[in-house]
Amino acid sequence: MRWSRRHILDTDDWSTEEIEAVLDTTGAMVEVLSRPVRRAPPLRGRTVVLFFAESSTRTRVSFELAARTLSADVVNISASGSSVEKGESLYDTVRTLQALGGDVVVIRHSSSGAPYFVSERTDAAVINAGDGWHAHPTQGLLDAYTLRGALGHLAKKRIVIVGDVVHSRVARSDINALVPLGATITLSGPPTLMPSAWRCGQAPAGTTYEMDLDRALDGADAVIALRLQKERQEGGLLPSLREYTRVWGLTEARVSLMRPGAPVMHPGPMNEGVEIDAAVAHGARSLVERQVTNGVAVRMALLYLLVGTPTLEAS
Amino acid sequence: MERRELEAKGYLVTPGFIDLHAHLREPGFEESETIASGARAALRGGFTTICAMPNTEPAIDTPGLVAEVIARGRAAAAARVLPIATITRGRAGRELADLIELSAAGAIAFSDDGSPVDDARLFRHALEYARTKDLLIIEHAQDTSLSRSGAMHEGVVSARLGLPGIPSAAEETAVARDIAIAEMTGARLHLTHISTRGAIASIRDAKSRGIRITCDVTPHHLAMTDDWVAGSRAFAWEREGHGREAPLARNGPAPAVDADRFAQSQARLSLEKPPARAVPYDSSIKVNPPLRDWSDVRALWEGLVDGTVDAIATDHAPHASVRKNVEFDQAAFGISGLETAVSLVLGGVAAGWADRSTVIRALTTGPARVLGIQRHDDDWIAIDLDSAWTVAAEELVSMGKNTPLLGRTLRGRVVYAVVGGKARYDGGVRGASPVGSR
Repeated sequence: MRWSRRHILDTDDWSTEEIEAVLDTTGAMVEVLSRPVRRAPPLRGRTVVLFFAESSTRTRVSFELAARTLSADVVNISASGSSVEKGESLYDTVRTLQALGGDVVVIRHSSSGAPYFVSERTDAAVINAGDGWHAHPTQGLLDAYTLRGALGHLAKKRIVIVGDVVHSRVARSDINALVPLGATITLSGPPTLMPSAWRCGQAPAGTTYEMDLDRALDGADAVIALRLQKERQEGGLLPSLREYTRVWGLTEARVSLMRPGAPVMHPGPMNEGVEIDAAVAHGARSLVERQVTNGVAVRMALLYLLVGTPTLEAS
Repeated sequence: MERRELEAKGYLVTPGFIDLHAHLREPGFEESETIASGARAALRGGFTTICAMPNTEPAIDTPGLVAEVIARGRAAAAARVLPIATITRGRAGRELADLIELSAAGAIAFSDDGSPVDDARLFRHALEYARTKDLLIIEHAQDTSLSRSGAMHEGVVSARLGLPGIPSAAEETAVARDIAIAEMTGARLHLTHISTRGAIASIRDAKSRGIRITCDVTPHHLAMTDDWVAGSRAFAWEREGHGREAPLARNGPAPAVDADRFAQSQARLSLEKPPARAVPYDSSIKVNPPLRDWSDVRALWEGLVDGTVDAIATDHAPHASVRKNVEFDQAAFGISGLETAVSLVLGGVAAGWADRSTVIRALTTGPARVLGIQRHDDDWIAIDLDSAWTVAAEELVSMGKNTPLLGRTLRGRVVYAVVGGKARYDGGVRGASPVGSR
């Protein structure tokens, strides 16, 4: 398959072939990462700008490692906040980035859609590293890669996503990456944390909503727990974290309702004791650390596909 | 030029349009629009009379400010400008403005538009007090506790785009409140920029019960749907029969519904691909109330046809680019609408969604009746129904270039406007020299 995308903004219109192309390339990157000297030259001379307008150590470090492993130069720009009131507009920042030059801009931003804004106003390739509630394409792809590795394939597999779906860019990108590979998704969690349309018969194709987590987990092939922001309680969306944990927390007893050995994932950072028990988070089923490792490989794959030169040979 | 000459040339000659709802931004926000630029833009759109909303800085809440708006409107020598004054002092929603004095100074109606009067008790008193002179209250009907953090219509598209929603219920609960208070007070109440099918149903019912209520809808709500935020550029009538919501969608939580039943009509998280596409999250589409879904648009047209909707009003909301050239959730609400209004609604007419006479009425006699004013016989316009024109920022007379229609070719254009017997706009009628254009 010939790669034709210029930006990675959202995976909602990706074909199955495109997703598979990224996962296959990720496999090659895992091999690069397993070498004694973890370095390959395809991004030599390229500059990757990491523009994180919302704090995130994990994703930023993952992208930085990915870019450096492929021999790119990395520039970090962190801006706290971005609105006009705070004095520096996103437009202003983007014009500055454009003037400085840079082959790739990796952007994390609290506003849904901000990567589209950037892609319209710069010549660089733009990778969305998480925008508001909208999308986190690299997380969706790394979850797909991790699940495919654990389950062999995703055709007819049923994956449960539990938690704060309405505010979750991870949930949206997981749906977009997993459904084209043949998986079905059962969304679970409190109705207040579910998009209203998805609760009322308009869930995306390949997904259903099951409020009762035990029923959702019964016979499932894997579960992805989402991070619960503590502010949701103050926002009147939840009575208490205690009640949330009792009804939607992942416990040993609950995960054993799935098929034997069915894996447990979490995008991190985890609130252990809230959405997931420590015993589950660090237990035999947990793929959380593998997700982190695979995250670097997926980001390498995307950088390579966007701006890499064809060789992966060590120099 | 005489009416007959223009008719003979094949133009449609009609009484001048009356806009119940325009934001002219002056005083206070002259970087976005002035009374003069707005009044000139109005003529380009065929509006010979426009009502200026008072959410300026300062808000129009004293007789002196009302007089100032009138004076500047006169000085512009374009469309007639009728000032609307605030319902509450400073538009703060705490105490009533001096409605009778403001009316005496020339305020045509009263509105805190931009916001509703949240306090139901104060709103009741405003309506009761307005009865003294049978003054017209215009309400922006919205429950702000439901709409507050929203950026677009709450539905399938907002779920997919990860944007906080403004549910239809935010309008529908407010309309229900307003109807009940109008009924108990017996006052005249006009609900502006109605956008949901539930609100239309409530207003239809209230009118049938003899409550003195009127309403308007905007051209953008008649033409566009919420999936424009996701990049669609198909007018509602270009996707007839598509995008219909599942009938159960609004009837509360229904997890028992089998989502697979609706799966065929959905391409993963996407709706079907409409004819034209743009980049998603274009802030020029951000407007309050938000663009709703297809069934809401249909309900607005049905309301227009059966008389539930009294008028088409632009809610012309020009903004300087700095307030729109930002992230979608940070952008100001509003569409610059005076100059594209008639072309948009004629699109619906061409698709057979209403008669031409129905929409012309909703732009002329309808709003005149809402305001309780006589139309001026010597205010008239000529429209070239066949002329196709492309919306371009540099061609718009309004200082607000914030319209999602830039680059779009529309059909139907106002070519001539006469106010008080004087030609004040000539947009290229053959055999006449340009007057007051640009």
